[in-house]
Order: sequence, then structure tokens, then C-alpha cells
Amino acid sequence: MMYSNELIGSLQEKARQLREDVLVSIGVGVAGHLGGSNSSADLVAALYFYKMHYDSKNPKMEDRDRFLLSKGHVAILQYAALAEAGFFPREDLKHVKEIGFYLQGHPDVRKTPGIEAGTGSLGQGLSIGLGMALGMKADKISRKVYVLLGDGELEEGQVWEAAMAAGFYGADNLVAIVDKNGLQANGAVRDRMDSDPVNAKWESFGWNVIEIDGHDMEQIVSALDAADEANGKPTVIIAHTIKGKGVSFAENVVGFHNAALDKEKYEKAMAELKEGRK
Amino acid sequence: MNDRNQRIAYGETLIELGRKDPRIVVLDADLGGSTMGKMFEAEFPDRHYEMGIAEANMTSVAAGLAQTGKIPFTNSFAVFAAGRAFDQIRQTIAIGRLNVKICGSSAGVSDFGDGATHQSVEDIAIMRAIPNMTVLCPADANETRAAVKAMVEMDGPCYIRLNRNDYDNVTEKGKEFKIGEPTVLRDGADIAVFATGYMAGVALKAAESLAGEISVKVVNVSTIKPLDEKKIGQLAAGCRGIVTAEEHSIIGGLGSAVSEAMRKSGMPVDYVGIQDCFGSSAHCYSDVLEYYGLTKEHVAETIKEMYERTGVK
Repeated sequence: MMYSNELIGSLQEKARQLREDVLVSIGVGVAGHLGGSNSSADLVAALYFYKMHYDSKNPKMEDRDRFLLSKGHVAILQYAALAEAGFFPREDLKHVKEIGFYLQGHPDVRKTPGIEAGTGSLGQGLSIGLGMALGMKADKISRKVYVLLGDGELEEGQVWEAAMAAGFYGADNLVAIVDKNGLQANGAVRDRMDSDPVNAKWESFGWNVIEIDGHDMEQIVSALDAADEANGKPTVIIAHTIKGKGVSFAENVVGFHNAALDKEKYEKAMAELKEGRK
Repeated sequence: MNDRNQRIAYGETLIELGRKDPRIVVLDADLGGSTMGKMFEAEFPDRHYEMGIAEANMTSVAAGLAQTGKIPFTNSFAVFAAGRAFDQIRQTIAIGRLNVKICGSSAGVSDFGDGATHQSVEDIAIMRAIPNMTVLCPADANETRAAVKAMVEMDGPCYIRLNRNDYDNVTEKGKEFKIGEPTVLRDGADIAVFATGYMAGVALKAAESLAGEISVKVVNVSTIKPLDEKKIGQLAAGCRGIVTAEEHSIIGGLGSAVSEAMRKSGMPVDYVGIQDCFGSSAHCYSDVLEYYGLTKEHVAETIKEMYERTGVK
């Protein structure tokens, strides 16, 4: 085994903590994107606490890896990671979406330290990431750009414009991660607008494709490391996940894409997430 | 060298500025031969990005480049630059106030042959409505050179609207372009004409044609946004009425902007522009201009009509 149990265990705990923080920032009675945050939590934990090079005290440091949340509706998950990484105080997560606050419903590049791009109009993050990847190559900065997309998001045509261009430019410093939780806002992806077979699409656009279980931390870190093997092609990690992961009543349930929790549900979810602690 | 074409002035200026500033990069969507992005590509092949026929991606890629400290210029026809990529401009570039420069080439009805699909009658309205956006519409090739320099010097998103065709300059070569500052092309006391782009020169000819009859002030409004409302008011002060002239729909463009600026003045405003309709193909630029009333004769008539109806009884 390439990775120590200690490393994997600590990353699993980070992911668990992120899910707990997401729940705190959603709170009671106000809608929040629980489902897609929880499906992406392990991926985001591995990026922020294993893979990426950054300095939370100097967010604009030139020599940094960059993370773009193209599925911007799960901003609360990125906020949880940024707080955990020390970009801002964790207490602020309770004030997400308060009027005028610096933690908006979708990532805001002007307001929030550690946010690299304004995302939320789906389908644009990969293009922005490609622009960064090209800029970094031009400046000979050998860092990477990681872009997290939803599988429903793959229905946006611009994703494939970006995929074509990234393949054409051989942007091997660009890594797309698809959170394939199989659900979009209004139902199952395969029923609403099937984006499969998705691997073949990326391959045909000139990408390396790595398929993993997006909740298996060892597979995640291994895939992120494999993406470092620059071969003149961008890499996409197709991560199979469960929407709402970690909260039994939300797992694989369409209704928890953006839902408010009552006190009872909140407490049940919190108890389950705390129980997940090793 | 063609001194009478905005696209060429744009292409030459980008090269000139690109030599001094390595941050400048240029993106095209298979129209570089027309936008003159090809000139920059020939000089700086590593700093020109051909993005294929994909304006949405091009615009968001520019946002990413800006986030690495580059000053990207995206080029396309104005209909696509402002229309097809509206959401990309709004969501990523304008909200984040990123330093991306957007060039809407072949704007207005200046792409006379291609017809309604390629003629932008609403790009000013679209870009002007976006918070944080600066909107420039230089009068001629001379002013284009200065405007592009000013775009590089300012930090933040900026849209520039350029004409496709050759025509005579009405502004002085080498004059500094100050974003937000309207300039007087001709002084006058009876009617103030605010004009932008190609129509600035047309308005000037209209004013000349009325010399001795009506004293017409002509103001070149080459920054549509931000519009200095106070300055517009001062320039119009003492005149009987205002006429605006633009190669754009009368909805949402310069006419609207001037009306907004003058809304508390009680001064009458009339518009010369495209009357809320799409363009049409024509065999030459003058045919399409004539068809939509974008002529010195029509501007003069509108001035006259304003002068007569505001006359002292």
C-alpha cells in the first residue's frame, strides 16, 4: 500500500469535519446545498489537506495550486475547507448568506479569500481553469489547476468547448474532477439528460481519464497523484459518489439538492456525522 | 497603412502596446482575420490564443488568464462578443471585476453584407446594463488608438465597440483618451447633439449643413459608461434641446443613457438611431445607413425639428 493508514485516516476525518461544518453553515430552516456538498466532501478534503500547495495567509501567492468550484452551488463546502485551512475563522460559517456578508451563496472572487473565480452559472469553471492553466504555463509556474464539476453540469455545452480546447492546448496542468453522484436538481441525471457514456467523451477530447470511487480516500489521493504524470494531456477524474453522503435520510435523495432542515432532521444529521468520527 | 479603419487601428495599437507590456494577450474565435487579432498573432504567436468558434469558452478562458495577471483582449463580432458571451461576461468577469477587455468588432450595421444575424443593434444596451462594466465607442480610427491605450491603463472589465469600415477621422490623432470624458467636436448654442461612434462624424456634417441657420453643438460621447451625468448637463446647458445619434437601437444605447442623465432637467431629447428593429443585408455600408436613417440629412432634419418645436412663441 502506497499511503499510510494514518494519512488516509486523517483525510477521512477532515472530510467528516467538512460535512459537519457544511451542516452547521446550513443550520435550521434555511435552504442549503447539502446533497452536492456531501458527495464532494472527500474530494475537496483530499485537495485541500493532501494535494494542493497554497498559503492561507497569502492567498494570492503566485506559486500555488488553484481550486475552482465549477459546481458553485456547494460553496458552503469550499468555505468549510477554506476555514479548516485557515483562510478565515470557522465561526464565520454560521453567517453564510447573511446580507452583505463575505460568504455568499455562490463563490465570490472579490469578497472571499481563497476563492479563485466566481462560479455558479454552471459550465464555466473548466474554461476559467483552462485560462489559468494557460497563464501559468506561459509564466512557467509548474502548479496545477483543479476544477470540480457536477455530473449534471456536464449537460452545459461550454464544458465541452473547454474540454476540446484543453485537449487541443495539451493543458496537462489542468485536472477536472467530476463528482458523479448521479442526481441533478430535478431528478436522476440518466433520466433528465443523460451525460453518459462520459469517459468516452473525455477520452475523445484528448484527456486522460481516471475512474474512482469518490468516497474511497486512497483511490482519491492515488488519482490526484496520478494526474501529476504530465503527458501533454489534461486529466479528468470521474469520481462515483453518493449525493448526501453521510446523512442517511439525504443519501441518494433528489430532494436534498437544496433543502431546509427542521430541527429534528438537523440534529439527526449532526449525530450521524459526529458518529462517523473514527 | 490604413489610417481610416478602426479595426486596423485596434490591431496596430495592440501590437504597439504588446511590445511594451508582456501582460497583454489576445484571444480570437476564428475571426482574427477580421478583428485584426491576426496582426497580434503574427507578432506574438505565443501570446495569441486561437479558441476556435467557441465564444463562451473564449470569454471564460480570458477570465482565467486575467486571474493569472494577464491583460486579455477577447475579439469577435460585437453580436457574438456581447451577445453570445453575455452570461460569461456577467457571471465571471463583471461580478469579479476582472481585468478582461472585450472587443466587439464589426459593430452596429457596419457588417453590411451579412445582415441581421451579424449586425449588433443592442450590444451597447447589453453591456451598459452590466454593473462594473466600462463601455467605449470611439468615433474613428484615431480615437480607437487612444481608447485601446486607456483600456490597458484602467483596471477592470471594459467593452469596446468598433466599426468594420473605412471612413474619415474626425478626432485629432494622438489626443489622449480619458475614459468618461465627452469631448466637444463643434461648439454651438441652440441644439446639443450627443453622438457616438461613426455617428459622431455624421452629426458633425449635419451641424455644418445647418450652419447659419441653427447653431449646433456636437459632442462626441466615446465613453458610454461611465457617463458623467453632470458633464452632460453642463454641455447641454443653455441649448433648447438635445438630439442623440448612434448606430444602435434607440432602446438602451446612447439616447437612453443621455435621457437618463437629463431626466431631471426637463430638456427635450430626441433620438437618431435604429428604430427597435433588426438590421438588413445591403450591398454597401451607405445603403444600410440610409435605410435606417443614419445619415447627415436625417440627423439635420431631427435637429431642425427639435429647433422648431422648442422655439420661443
